[in-house]
Amino acid sequence: MIRKCSLTKLNDFFAAIAGDKTLYIPASDGAGGAVYKKWDSNTQYLDVLNTVKSPKDFFFPHTEDLMEFKVKGKNIELLDIRQESEDFVVFGVRPCDVKSFDILDRVFLSEPVDSYYASRREHGIIISLACSKPSETCFCTTFDIDPTEPEGDISAWKTDDALYLRANTEKGEALMALVEHLTEECDDAPVVAQKQNVKKILDKLPLAGLKLDVFGKGKTEELFDDPAWDTLSEACLGCGTCTFVCPTCQCYDIKDFDTGNGVIRYRCWDSCMFSEFTKMAHGNPRLTQKERFRQRFMHKLVYYPDNNDGLFSCVGCGRCLAKCPVSMNIAKVMKKLGGEK
Amino acid sequence: MQKINRDVLIDRAISLLNSGQVSSVLGWRQGEFFYDVTPAVFTDENDIRENFVWNDFCGANFSKYLVSKTKASDGKILVFLKPCDTYSFNQLLTEHRFDREKVYVIGIPCEGMVDTGKLKAQVGDGLVSAQSTEEGLLVTTLYSDEPVNVDIKSVLAERCINCKSKKHVAYDELLGDEGQIEDSDRFDEVARIEAMSPDERFAFWQGELSRCIRCNACRDVCPACTCEKCVFDNPVSGVENKAPVNSFEEKMFHIIRAFHVAGRCTDCGECSRVCPQNIPLHLLNRKFIKDINGFYGEYQAGECVGSRAPLVDYNLEDLEASDVFEGRDTQ
Repeated sequence: MIRKCSLTKLNDFFAAIAGDKTLYIPASDGAGGAVYKKWDSNTQYLDVLNTVKSPKDFFFPHTEDLMEFKVKGKNIELLDIRQESEDFVVFGVRPCDVKSFDILDRVFLSEPVDSYYASRREHGIIISLACSKPSETCFCTTFDIDPTEPEGDISAWKTDDALYLRANTEKGEALMALVEHLTEECDDAPVVAQKQNVKKILDKLPLAGLKLDVFGKGKTEELFDDPAWDTLSEACLGCGTCTFVCPTCQCYDIKDFDTGNGVIRYRCWDSCMFSEFTKMAHGNPRLTQKERFRQRFMHKLVYYPDNNDGLFSCVGCGRCLAKCPVSMNIAKVMKKLGGEK
Repeated sequence: MQKINRDVLIDRAISLLNSGQVSSVLGWRQGEFFYDVTPAVFTDENDIRENFVWNDFCGANFSKYLVSKTKASDGKILVFLKPCDTYSFNQLLTEHRFDREKVYVIGIPCEGMVDTGKLKAQVGDGLVSAQSTEEGLLVTTLYSDEPVNVDIKSVLAERCINCKSKKHVAYDELLGDEGQIEDSDRFDEVARIEAMSPDERFAFWQGELSRCIRCNACRDVCPACTCEKCVFDNPVSGVENKAPVNSFEEKMFHIIRAFHVAGRCTDCGECSRVCPQNIPLHLLNRKFIKDINGFYGEYQAGECVGSRAPLVDYNLEDLEASDVFEGRDTQ
């Protein structure tokens, strides 16, 4: 069943949710991009395709304190310093980004379960938003994601005059109850019309024909020594832009911060593109950028599928295409290794 | 539109390659779209004919690549440099970062490069194609029925609007006409920030730098950042950091980096071009350039090979540190 909320009531809609739970919505970052901001009555919703950083921050933050060690005399006290998570709502998550949560779940929620991540997932409620204007950098359909039919606790479609909502889960149903007075039952014709329009655009997307044939489970030996890695990686600067804007990159480092009388142990995102990423006691097995570069794409297109029933760990959001300083990205890698270019 | 046609560059590249004068060519490779060109090493004639591009989207400065590419190559490398790139080239030579004998430089005039972010802000998302015209670009998008005419000036990168020089300060061969050092307004924005109250200025930089995701792209692209091992990547340095511990640390990273490249930064603007968060990092560097000019007299890093930057040079007439602290300058 679908309900609609007039866009003239959008602020009331946000207020009704924020009155009960912390709400985050895409807003201007002041520099031409979008960022998820905590809603208050001054927060203006920004209707953009994608935020610069993906919403993975909500469940797997860029930095996060794990525990604290305090030295008292000859004793070391161990403190669990995590704050109890409260329910929160994220509005406007695009279909690709919603799918990225499944990919992260398989990493963090398989045994041993990451309790920090699990707690946030449990408390997070996702209102997804179907795409109405895909970008030329979009290729989510390559990974069988339908940008007109987003997953999430509530699926939403935004037309020129209304927000159409459909609850998919119990969490979603409960949230819909909060906004019942602002919404009304309705016909889904405008949603169907939007879907049809977007599908026409999808066929015209420059990356619509991107192929996955040569990737997936068991392809390591065929691809690992492909000479194309040399040319693909030659311009790579070794920065972490692609990994830090990526919704599915999940690698992290755990480090200690010296507080003067103890240690705060925290974790922060790491990047396989960084030269120290695989540094071990004996040295570093990945000596050049080629090996680091290869790792990132092999992980997404071969290793992750190897370990996860063939599921690829890319959702085609296009962030790396838009942001790489040298414009090298997974689409170019897929075409080159796939023999297209 | 660029004054020199792509075909002229291609002909020179192929002729130098075929005659054996160079063994490889550092140029721009066509991407998936019209704007996403990638720096590339070409060694094959057909590859050059098909994929070498020279257009309004060739912003990348190749000078820094010469540090690694000359080490990896036995033969000579042909590199195409825009005027601003030649300043970085000279600065790297001043710092003995590569062997000049292994490089053949062709200087190419530049009419400025397009900032794709500005282009998208103007014509919308879904860029499909762009055709250069005399005055600008004819752009088609997924959502426009007719091509949109875009005035090139309205989408040029900030560093190109405030271009400091269309003159090449290094080359073995020049294509087209040599340009002049420009009357640039590049310090206007710095002056505007200087005029702020300390609180306003702090708020300005806090707003900008709080967006930093510490990807290190600014550092990794910077031709003045060629340390074999950056202190921020070195776990034994004690300051290695992959992510912000707190906001104070975050701000320190960029200011420390600006200090480190002060006097060596040529103001090529690559830091701001690559920043995924659109932080105007070049303004920090320009502040130092402006101060150095004021305290020690005009100095342009990279203008000539071997020049001594004021910060590593000593004159009896130099300002005392206290003069600087109290805001006295030579002007």
